[in-house]
Amino acid sequence: MPKLKRTLQVNGVKIDDTFAEAFGMRATALLITGPNRKWARQAAISMTGYATSVIGCGCEAAIDVDVPASATPDGRPGCRVMVFAVSTDELAKQVLNRVGQCVLTSPGSACFADLTGVAELKLGTSLRYFGDGWQISKKFGGRHFWRVPVMDGEFLCEATAGLTKDAVGGGNMLLLAANNANALAAAEAAVAAIGKVRGAITPFPGGVVRSGSKVGSKYKGMTASTNDAFAPTLRGVTKSELGPGDNAVLEIVIDGETSDAVAEAMRAGIRAVTELGPEKGASRISAGNYGGKLGKFHYHLKDLLP
Amino acid sequence: MKALTFTLVSEPPERLDLSPLTPERLAGKARRDIAKIPVGMSKRGSLVGDLFRVAGTDASNIVFEGGSGRFDRLAESMQGGSIRVVGSAGTQAGRAMRGGALTIEGDAGPHAASCMRGGRIEIQGDAGDRLGAPLAGELAGMNGGIVIVRGRAGASAADRMRRGLIAILKGAGDYPGSRMIAGTLVIAGGTGEMPGYLMRRGSILLDRAPKKLSPSFVECGAPDSVFATVIDRYLVREGILKRPLLGSSPKRYGGDNAVLGLGEILFPQ
Repeated sequence: MPKLKRTLQVNGVKIDDTFAEAFGMRATALLITGPNRKWARQAAISMTGYATSVIGCGCEAAIDVDVPASATPDGRPGCRVMVFAVSTDELAKQVLNRVGQCVLTSPGSACFADLTGVAELKLGTSLRYFGDGWQISKKFGGRHFWRVPVMDGEFLCEATAGLTKDAVGGGNMLLLAANNANALAAAEAAVAAIGKVRGAITPFPGGVVRSGSKVGSKYKGMTASTNDAFAPTLRGVTKSELGPGDNAVLEIVIDGETSDAVAEAMRAGIRAVTELGPEKGASRISAGNYGGKLGKFHYHLKDLLP
Repeated sequence: MKALTFTLVSEPPERLDLSPLTPERLAGKARRDIAKIPVGMSKRGSLVGDLFRVAGTDASNIVFEGGSGRFDRLAESMQGGSIRVVGSAGTQAGRAMRGGALTIEGDAGPHAASCMRGGRIEIQGDAGDRLGAPLAGELAGMNGGIVIVRGRAGASAADRMRRGLIAILKGAGDYPGSRMIAGTLVIAGGTGEMPGYLMRRGSILLDRAPKKLSPSFVECGAPDSVFATVIDRYLVREGILKRPLLGSSPKRYGGDNAVLGLGEILFPQ
């Protein structure tokens, strides 16, 4: 970790003069609709389950924004879901598996592509085979759909989904607080604010990470291990970044369709945390980086202050 | 640049082959050369200059001021640009079109959009028989693009259609969608006998129950259909229809089981 200077303060919340370090990723976005909001979200939540980190899950995914019925192709409530991975092949595999197992199976669902990118990932083009010869191809309005017969009617699925190579993964904020309740309140405020930013997701459970990591481990085969500098129980026995009153740290990890989306999400998160103030939320905001060695995208907190 | 305009001076004395008058064939040609293009189909052999007053220079935007039922093969094989006919057209308008837009403000004769592969044709009046259908000996009819007929269409519209979308807004004659291979045929205003006769695949979307259907179609109920909603919204958004055609749970018939049986006829409950 680089040496930190703590000189900034907004509404009593200290802001470290440091930066979040992020890296390029591949991403796609899908619009999943359902007969009502509950079932649109159910399909989206299932599809983005166990997709917190590319370290162990193959992809990072979450609901980006809820889409009102008036803005979906079929006039039903929907969720925009984003999926991020480190390679095109892995993204293609993850998207296909997840849509096939979680959206195709969800009652009344339909799946539309919601991103125009440099390449296309197979979606309905592969899933159609579930129709066992009864599937129907439809092309109109410049779009290609597959209609797959299922037990409650038909599963409508866009043939392909767009892929972007401009996506960014690993934007982050570390929220340091006097206790767990305050840290959680700050994190929830940040996640709620970031949830309103289109094109940015927080893939961890509820958008929050308690097990922030550092690169590498003393154990062979482990690619990441606990971020001991921010673990309060190790304060004093390791080179800690925590002050005497910092007893809980939570991290918000942000993936964005573009670098601008990550920056906007971090700005929204910082604003929400600072508005909450140190009495109810975090007393300090920091960010995770590896001295600039991990990725080419750097988000300096001082540039993102409200 | 001003649109390249062909103003009809008098009713043509013979049938005309207007296939040479497309944007790509006229690109870079001087008006005096255009006037010498033969278009007459009889031994009379009329030239463009005998029938039309030619004005303008933009060959990518062609206008026929005045039309005739003797205007055959308009926009044949057109690949881009636009052709507008202020009047009617004869047979095979837009045949084998690959791109661009053809607008006919009057009626079109038989075989309009025959074997079309891309682009958009709008016929504001009626279309003749065999809209989008193949000529004798050809295996497939329309193979892509979009055709809108604001009036009626004759018999056997979309015969052997393979891809694309045809929308007929004031009714079609007998056997619409006959022998369809795939694609989408939309008919508002009712149809004649036996829609989808011997269709293999494809979708025929109607605004009402068909009067007489081939007995080799089977009823498939009326499950919820996201496709119906999506295409309804598309047709309204594109200005093709004013209101949704099918609704969210249209009634469905599958067929024609005398052949492959993977086609469908949908209409609102």
